[in-house]
Formats: sequence, structure tokens, C-alpha cells
Amino acid sequence: MQFSGRLQEYQVIGRHLPTEANPTPKLYRMRIFAPNEVVAKSRFWYFLMKLKKVKKANGEIVSLNKIAEKNPLRVKNFGVWIRYDSRSGTHNMYKEYRELSRTDAVEALYSDMAARHRARFRSIHILRVVEIEKTDDIKRPYIRQLVSKDLSFPLPHRVPRLNNKKVFSATRPSTFA
Amino acid sequence: MSATVESPSWRTVEVGRLVLINNGPYAGRIAAIVEIISEKRVLVDGPSSDEKLVVPKGAIALSDVFLTDLNLEIPRALRTSTLKQFWEKGEIDNKWKESKWFQRAQRTERRKALTDFQRFQLLRAKKQQRYEVRKALAKVKAAA
Repeated sequence: MQFSGRLQEYQVIGRHLPTEANPTPKLYRMRIFAPNEVVAKSRFWYFLMKLKKVKKANGEIVSLNKIAEKNPLRVKNFGVWIRYDSRSGTHNMYKEYRELSRTDAVEALYSDMAARHRARFRSIHILRVVEIEKTDDIKRPYIRQLVSKDLSFPLPHRVPRLNNKKVFSATRPSTFA
Repeated sequence: MSATVESPSWRTVEVGRLVLINNGPYAGRIAAIVEIISEKRVLVDGPSSDEKLVVPKGAIALSDVFLTDLNLEIPRALRTSTLKQFWEKGEIDNKWKESKWFQRAQRTERRKALTDFQRFQLLRAKKQQRYEVRKALAKVKAAA
């Protein structure tokens, strides 16, 4: 499944249909990252079928709501646990992302996995997304370097945006400062 | 023989650096870097006192900005209201308006808006100016 558009986070609650043997079935709640509600419900059944003996034919969705980011303008560090099926086996992974929201972090994760491991959406299960509140808890050096004190760096080689209207230029572009 | 090699002084991406936005709806406005998200993206905020020049707080790619010489001494992750106090204290709006960069941008914009006739008038005016300057120079040369 390719996700079209931005990901959203949904809270999906569902249960087995009430039967005579069990008139009050247990509720199951999941936080699902999906581009829309239809996909969110589909992913809910996909995961629930793996975990419990409930499927869409004998179950129902009790509620579905979107979870909005509480502070979308604060930069946060996220730790993401995933399970991923590579061509040769299944692996668990822990990765870190520095983003403004949980959905941004998960989007970054999908493109990162696609880039580094050629992994598709269908072969990645997101197990847990947690905001790392203390900088000391950051494990990965690629995020750790971004939270170092008085961070500053130059932009030494800047490639100007291509102008499609102009085929030839009289001057060479300057690539610095 | 010895040669001294000095490292060039780059403008750096850092908290408090003022950037000129060159792409998107806020192109042409300046904003301060409030926090560095990654090596490619930063969180910027531009609480200018002129409402037409305000940049709302948000993430922007470093490829969409130019770093300027202006700088503010601020702590990380400031709120807009607090940043505005630093902004006013540092007189950023004035400093930017007085900068060569801004004035040059203004001039190119004004030139771009000229009509064909106005461009002709400008050409004539510059010719006259050049003529006067040369006349004065010739006089000085003749006297010397």
C-alpha cells in the first residue's frame, strides 16, 4: 500500500461482535498511522487479526478519531520501534527522528526505510512511537549531534534552484554564501 | 617564503541567525532561526512589527533561505512573543531596511516595475548625469 498524501494518526477502538457466550467482548484500542480513515480501519483489522481471534466479518469498530499533535511548533525527538520484513527475514529496529510531530516522524521513517533498505509500506509495522524527553536518552549519534550545545554550521556549497525558463546563462552560478 | 592561510568566515546556521526567505508564500521576508531541526531544516519565526512582513513560526528547508549577516543573541526555542522583544531590542527591522541587500532588492523591484517609457527616461537621465560628470572631469584635467 502506497500512502498518498500526508499521514495522520488515528485512534481506532474495535471489538468482537457480542455473542451469547460473551455478551460484553473486550475492547481493543490501537494508534494507527494512515493517510485516511479507510486505511486506518483496514490497518486496524490487519493488526488485530494477527494478534487476536477477531476479524472484520465478526467484529465491529466502536470508535475512530484523529489524534492531533499537541504542540506542532515544538521540535521534538522521537524514538520509533519497528518490525520490518526484509527480503531475507524479519528484523526489529529502533530509530530516532527529530521532527515537529509524531506523524512527521513516521513519515520520515517510511522514506528513510525506503531509502536505506528498499522497504515498502507493506513490510513495515510500527510498534511504538515515543517522544524522548531527556536529551541524555537519545541513543543514536545522528540525532545526538543535533542537540549539542551551541550548534552552528555553515552552508558551504549551495546549488541554486534551476531556472526552467533560461537555457543558457552568461555568468556561472556562485555556490557559496 | 611563507603564506598565511586564513579560513573564510562563513555565515553559519545557528539559533538566532536571521535568514531571508527566498521561496514560498513568505519569500522576500526575514525571519530568525529559533531551533535547528536537522542539517537541512530549521524552525523559523519572524515577528516583524510590520504586519505585511510577518513570518509565522514554522519549519523551513535551508534550501529555501539565504543566511544574512544579522544575528540575535537568543536562547533556543523561544516563543513568538519573547522573540518579538529581542527582535525589537535588536532593531532588526531597521537594520534590515538599512542593509545594502534590502536596498538592492528594492531597487531591482522598482526597476522591474518600470514601463518602457520610464526605462527610456531613466536612460536619458543617466546619460545626462554621465555628461555632467565628464564635463567636470575634463575641466579638472585641463586645469592640471
